[in-house]
Amino acid sequence: MTQIHSDTSQKEAQSKVKLSARNIFVDYGAEHVLKDVSIDIPEKTVTALIGPSGCGKSTFLRLFNRMNDHLEGFQRKGEILIDGEDIYHDQKHLEELRETVGMVFQKPNPFPKSIYENVAYGLRIRGVKDKKRLDQVVEESLIKAALFDEVKDHLKKNALSLSGGQQQRLCLARSLAVDPSILLMDEPASALDPISTAKIEELVEELKKKHTILIVTHNLQQARRVSDQTAFLYFGELVEYGNTEQVFTQPKEEQTAHYIGGRFG
Amino acid sequence: MNRITRSKIIDQLFKYFGILCTSIGLIMLAALLINVFSDGFGRLSIDFFTALPSRFPEKAGILTAWTGTLWIFGLTILIAIPLGVGAAIYLEEYTRKGFLSNVLEINIANLAGIPSIIYGILGLTIFVRTLRLGESVLSGALILSLLIMPIIVVSTREALRAVPKTIKEASLALGASQWQTIWHQVLPAAFPNILTGIILALSRAIGETAPLIMIGALTYVPFVAKSPLDEFTVLPIQIFNWISRPQAGFAINAAAGIIVLLGIVFVLNGIAVVIRQRARNKIKW
Ligand SMILES: Nc1ncnc2c1ncn2[C@@H]1O[C@H](COP(=O)(O)OP(=O)(O)OP(=O)(O)O)[C@@H](O)[C@H]1O
Ligand SMILES: [Mg+2]
Repeated sequence: MTQIHSDTSQKEAQSKVKLSARNIFVDYGAEHVLKDVSIDIPEKTVTALIGPSGCGKSTFLRLFNRMNDHLEGFQRKGEILIDGEDIYHDQKHLEELRETVGMVFQKPNPFPKSIYENVAYGLRIRGVKDKKRLDQVVEESLIKAALFDEVKDHLKKNALSLSGGQQQRLCLARSLAVDPSILLMDEPASALDPISTAKIEELVEELKKKHTILIVTHNLQQARRVSDQTAFLYFGELVEYGNTEQVFTQPKEEQTAHYIGGRFG
Repeated sequence: MNRITRSKIIDQLFKYFGILCTSIGLIMLAALLINVFSDGFGRLSIDFFTALPSRFPEKAGILTAWTGTLWIFGLTILIAIPLGVGAAIYLEEYTRKGFLSNVLEINIANLAGIPSIIYGILGLTIFVRTLRLGESVLSGALILSLLIMPIIVVSTREALRAVPKTIKEASLALGASQWQTIWHQVLPAAFPNILTGIILALSRAIGETAPLIMIGALTYVPFVAKSPLDEFTVLPIQIFNWISRPQAGFAINAAAGIIVLLGIVFVLNGIAVVIRQRARNKIKW
């Protein structure tokens, strides 16, 4: 299969490639989940992964922080490069990798601890004990995730007492606390109401100034609103990848047109 | 309409059936308690707790028995909990599912069903004879630990499995190691359920007699154990001993001993319920 490159507009041509997948194949046992996927993702942009349920979006996303490694029967061929380095080359540096690559999950999954401890967790497990530093990072992260004003007076409160939308922003803050340059988001708004969803979208817009963002979404309008590039996966194959406007208005592949057309009705 | 009334009747019937089942259990327990209390309550006194065993029922006490029970209990906790919980963590979080882990799983479940006297024989051979620990508190505690370990392993694994996978993934995705994830997230979340399993297991250990009789705890022990290598007896054995004697006075002693044993189990379960409730209130998914 040929490699599909992003439709290079002026801006993207200049910006550097942050993430790449090179001829990625993934199997779970006998099931082929990803088939020869190659992609280059420019730095400080938002890339949306779309496609029907079960086509391998989550699997693909989780390659970048090696979360699939924990799954039964997972097998991979091909390379995943971050800043040109193959992250699967060295077994040992998972901790560093996940410091660089943060992740927000589909369902908000705060720890059953205080708001403060949730955000501080990433630092604590890295041995940071300095109270001042922790306080500062917690505050900064909550500000970045647009949650600080809502929770600043009760940081000691259990995180599970927050609303779903607040919990999801807390999870985002928790990831931001270790200062990742890449953010993976797997349907981060699918469990949220429209207002919370809008907040998350605003945040994505804001965060891409500093972070490279990969976002899986079933909501095509959302993909169109927040992303610079869109990748369309279908039965484990990367059918189309390019500038979001182009993919949505003039898809090159018939399958893409079909999917997008079908979804828009 | 007809179907609805019928299902209502079934509903009602089932409710009364449930009440019946529950009350049978409660009535039996009440009968037992009344019987024991009417026989033995008058015998409870400070002397009863501080006296050594004796040939005369009025002079005999449970000092050696209850201190022995505490010894056994304490040591069993120290041995069985780390081993049981450790094994459960390993099996649940570190082994890959496969043939070997299946074999282990089935075997551990089977261990829980082996009659306790078999553990006594095993302990007699290994701890008392081969390792020359003697008929000591330590031997007894080791045997009881073996006996309840499968229960702890099985219930702890269940507790670990009940921790949402999303929590583990969140921790790993932040760069926590497997062990950090277990220590900071999985164990605290599973704690209330782990504790429940442990308490159930310990309640079983505290009432166990057969395996301890195998290693000679039934013999007359006229002194309080001072170290893990001393000989000992425990409450259930003392009770067993008294019941098997002909004099009526010993039957009264036995009843009083049962009250004490019940009291200990009751307090233990009470503590467990309180700790569990506290922990559960902190964690609500
Ligand atoms: N742990 C696993 N073990 C075995 N097969 C898996 C596992 N996880 C996913 N799969 C399979 O891989 C395929 C892709 O799954 P994936 O979760 O990546 O899809 P997805 O595009 O994210 O779907 P959705 O939109 O429903 O989230 C599916 O067919 C699924 O059955
Ligand atoms: Mg998915």
